[in-house]
Amino acid sequence: MQRLLNVTTILSLLLMALVLFSVRRSHIRVEYSVSWLAAAVILFALSRSSPALTWIAGQLGLADPPLALMLLIFCVFVIVIYRLSVVISDLKDANIAMAQRIAIVEFQLQGRAPGTSLSSPLTSNEE
Amino acid sequence: MSPHQLLILIPAFNEIGAISGVVREVRGVMPGVPVLVVDDASTDGTDQSARSAGAEVLRLPYHLGLGGGVQAGYKLAYELGYEYVIRVDGDGQHDPRYIPDLLKVLRETGCHMVIGSRFQDGSGEHTSYVRAIGIWFFRAMLRPILGKPVRDPTSGFVGVNREALQVFTGSFPLEYPEIEALVVLQRKRFQFQEVPCRMRPRKTGRSTITAVKSLYYIFHVLLGVFINVLKFEGRRRKE
Repeated sequence: MQRLLNVTTILSLLLMALVLFSVRRSHIRVEYSVSWLAAAVILFALSRSSPALTWIAGQLGLADPPLALMLLIFCVFVIVIYRLSVVISDLKDANIAMAQRIAIVEFQLQGRAPGTSLSSPLTSNEE
Repeated sequence: MSPHQLLILIPAFNEIGAISGVVREVRGVMPGVPVLVVDDASTDGTDQSARSAGAEVLRLPYHLGLGGGVQAGYKLAYELGYEYVIRVDGDGQHDPRYIPDLLKVLRETGCHMVIGSRFQDGSGEHTSYVRAIGIWFFRAMLRPILGKPVRDPTSGFVGVNREALQVFTGSFPLEYPEIEALVVLQRKRFQFQEVPCRMRPRKTGRSTITAVKSLYYIFHVLLGVFINVLKFEGRRRKE
């Protein structure tokens, strides 16, 4: 068990370093680094605290604390990935709306040129 | 009615082989009515071909898919103040001679959406077996949701009035929009009708819905319908 905890400690430290490095290089925005840093900190804390892990395993009814650690890691990353899915969905919606808006604005700008038949029926009626 | 109250919307993606013919045919049937081709970032010169045939072209900056393209056209039509929009596919499957029939029903019945149905008169030619099975399945599923039968729920030959346009500018399914759009309108207590029409084999190219994609299509549409039903049921409970 100790070897596994050492491995997860190293992994959590590597994750923290990677995220901080990426934020510093502007590869990840600060607001999106928070989820990953929180995940890394939780992973690190559980890896370094055997009593806490044993207690959680007991609460979950698991005889093996490393199994509890794996389950918690899985849950933490599911939450992070879910959050990213929400962010991506919002971005996609905004992106589509922006692309449509750009197309419409470009169309309307071109529509000022003479010879364009498609115009507002309201304008046409006024004419 | 001023012809400017009606806009013919043609979504197209890489349809250079068919688009000019479709535009010319539509203009022949509906002279004086503006034709807008929404070019979903085609790479084969669809936009120039449509322009040379006499259509106005709304060119999207990148590929959004059918729903994104149709919604862009609806948004423009709504902003320009059009009363009715009739959508005709850019592959030549929809016979423009039926456009006046769709328009007549829209104007005379006051319904919000009219569907050109290839099954309304009991025919249904030019439909693959896979698609026919899908249509049968969705008919059965939609019957209790819509409260009335719909014979051709996957038809893209549809006309909408301004009230439906307003709804679709805010919310329109991005992929495979036809069936979900019906549910969205029905949940708002909007009315739809079907008008018999003939469909033709596409002039060029291949359908985007292949046999392999059919399963994904069914799952995607089922999920979309389910979410829309849940969304509106939730809203009704809050009210």
